Amino acid sequence: MKVAYWPGCVSRGFTPELHGSMAKVAPLLDIELVELDRANCCGAGVIAEHSQELADTLNARTFALAQQEIDKGASLMMNICSTCQGAQSECQERLDANAEYRAHVNETLQASDGLEYEQGIINKNFLWVLVEEIGLEQLRSLVKRPLTDLRVGPFYGCYIVRPSARLGIDAEHPRDAYLGQVIEALGGTVIDYAGSHKCCGFPIITMSKDASLRQAGTHLADATDAEADCLVTPCPLCHLNLDLQQPLAARAVGRQLAMPILHLPQLVGLALGLEPKELGLQHHVVKPTSVIDWTQSVVAGVGAQAA
Amino acid sequence: MAEFTLRIRRYDPSSGEAPYWEEHTIELEPHRSVLEGILQAKAKSDGSIGIRCSCRAAICGSCGVRINGQPGLACHTHLDAALAKAKGGVIEVEPMGNMPVIKDLIVDMDAVHWKKIQRVSPWLINKQPIPEREYIVSRESMIDVTQTAACIQCGACVSDCLSMEVDPLFVGPAALAKSYRFVGDPRDAKHEQRLRDLAEDPHGIYACTHCFKCIEACPKGVAPMSQIMRLRRIAGNDFHIEDRNNGERHEMAFVKNVHKNGLLHEADLLPDSYGGKFHPRAVPELVGSLPVITTALLRRKVTIGKALGHPHKAPAGVKRIYDIVEGRDQRVELNLYITGTDEDSAPAQPEPAAAGAEEATTS
Repeated sequence: MKVAYWPGCVSRGFTPELHGSMAKVAPLLDIELVELDRANCCGAGVIAEHSQELADTLNARTFALAQQEIDKGASLMMNICSTCQGAQSECQERLDANAEYRAHVNETLQASDGLEYEQGIINKNFLWVLVEEIGLEQLRSLVKRPLTDLRVGPFYGCYIVRPSARLGIDAEHPRDAYLGQVIEALGGTVIDYAGSHKCCGFPIITMSKDASLRQAGTHLADATDAEADCLVTPCPLCHLNLDLQQPLAARAVGRQLAMPILHLPQLVGLALGLEPKELGLQHHVVKPTSVIDWTQSVVAGVGAQAA
Repeated sequence: MAEFTLRIRRYDPSSGEAPYWEEHTIELEPHRSVLEGILQAKAKSDGSIGIRCSCRAAICGSCGVRINGQPGLACHTHLDAALAKAKGGVIEVEPMGNMPVIKDLIVDMDAVHWKKIQRVSPWLINKQPIPEREYIVSRESMIDVTQTAACIQCGACVSDCLSMEVDPLFVGPAALAKSYRFVGDPRDAKHEQRLRDLAEDPHGIYACTHCFKCIEACPKGVAPMSQIMRLRRIAGNDFHIEDRNNGERHEMAFVKNVHKNGLLHEADLLPDSYGGKFHPRAVPELVGSLPVITTALLRRKVTIGKALGHPHKAPAGVKRIYDIVEGRDQRVELNLYITGTDEDSAPAQPEPAAAGAEEATTS
C-alpha cells in the first residue's frame, strides 16, 4: 500500500533513528512511503494554545497536501507520532464538523498556497496502520525473529488515546490496546504496569521541570518493578522524556534506572529480522543492552534460546 | 434481571486495618446504574458500605467513583456498559484518586477539591459602579461560559489529573475551569489579576501537562483542559503576561520557531523558552542539561551542525498563513460544545464526534 507519509518534526530532529527505522521497516511491510516534504509542524497543541485558527489552518494545509497524494493513489495519510495524531485529529474534528468554519480556513489556504482541504481525510498512526490495514495475522506471518521471552511494556502517549471518542476508540477499534496486540503478534510478552497510558511529562519540561521528570521517572520505575526488559512507544516526544532525559528522571525519583525505550518501528524491525544498527538503536541514551546482545546483534530472548 | 458481580474497595482509615477488596453479587436490569448495584449490595448484604449519593440522575455530582479504573458518576454508568469494560467479568469500583479516603468509596472533597476551588476566587468580582438595575451582557459572551458553568463539582477530573499525581499543589482542572467561568465573563473586573495570579503560580495554568485525562473524565463535557488552554491564550495574547514559569515564553518560542522553520527546530526551542541561549535564565538550565546534551552528541543523536544550523526553511505558504491569521483583529475560535456538529457532516465522519459535541446536541 502507498501512504501519504507525515514523519513529523522530532523524528527528523532529536530522534532521527525513528525516521530512519520507519524507512527500513516500510518495504518489509509492503508500505510505500510518499513523504510530505512540504508539510509543516502540527503545532503539538502549543500553537493551538496560542491560536486555534492558526493550528487548524496549518494542519489543514498538511491534510490538503496529503489529499493531493491520495488523489494520485495513496490509500491514506500516515504519521509516526502520537502527538501529531492527537493534535491533527483535534484540528480535523473542528474542520470536519462545521462547513462554515472549513470554508473560512480554506479561504486562507487558497490565498496562501492555492490549496483546499476536503472534509474527511483518513490520518492514521503507524500503530493503527499495522493493526487495521496490514492486520495482525499478516504481521505475524512476516516475523523472522520472534521476540520470544522479551518482556515489553507499552507506552502510548496521551495524544493517541485521549479523548477516546475523538481518536475513534471503541469496541470495534480498541486502539488503546493495539500496542499489546502488536507486541504479542511479534512474539513478545506484554507487561502490564501503571504508567502505560499516562503522561511522560514532556509538555511541561520547560515550565515545571521537576514534575515533568517525576512523571517520566515514576513510569520508568513502575515498568522496572514489573520486570519489563524495555518499553515501546509510538511517540517521539515521549521518547525524549523517557530516554534522553532518563538520567535526570532517575535522579528526580531517587531510583537507578536503565530502561531501554524503543520506537515502534524499531521493535517491529527487530522482529522482522533487521539488525539493531540498521534501526539506529545505538543512538539511544539508554543502551538497549537488555534487548540486544550487542556482540551477536540478536534479540536477547532468542539469543538465550539459541545458545 | 441479570446477575452482576461488583468488586468494591473497602477501607476505613479509623479502623487501623489495611484496605481490602470485597465481591458482591447483585441482581438488576442491565440498564440500571452501578450506583443502584452498590445500593443493593448495601441493602442486602452489608449496610456498612460507604457511598455518597443524592440525586441519582447525574446532576448533584455526589457519587464520583472509579469504575474499572475510569473516573465517573456511579449513577451515570449503566451496569451493562461497565461489564463490557470489566476484566474477568467483575465490575471494579473504587474511590476517586488524588484525594484521601474518608471511608470506602467516600473521599475527602474538602481536603483537595473544594480547597482548590476556593483558591481561584470562585465568585464574580463586579465592575464598579454596579448598575442600578440588571447587568446587560451580550448573549454570545454568556453562551461562551456555559461550558464551564456545566460543571457539577463531582471531582472526576481531579481524581485522574496526572499533573496533580506528581504535584499535589497543582491548582487542577476543576478549579481552573471554574476560573475561566469568570475570566470569560464580561461583568468581572479582575480578568488580568486572576490570570496573572494563575500564570505566576508555579502550580498554576502552566503546570498542566496537557494529558487530556480531565476531558476524558468529565461526565458533563466541560473539557477542563480546553479551558486551561483558553486561560493561557488570553493571558499571553490579550494581557501579555510574561510569567516566571516560562509558560508564555515557551508558547511564543514555539510559534515563532515554526514560523521560521516550517518544522519545529528543537535545538532552538529549549533555550528560547528561557529567553534565548545567552539569557541569564537559560544558562543554568542549559548547564543542567549539559550531561544530556553531551550524551546525545556522543550517540550521534544530534550533530553540532544540525543543532546550530537551520536545515529547514518555512515554505512561503506557511509564512502567508501566519500573516493572514496573526493579522486578524479578532481571534477566530470554534467551540464544538456550543456549535455542535453539522447534521449533514456527522455520518461522513471516519471518527465519531467528540463527547463535547454530543453534549451540545442533546442538551
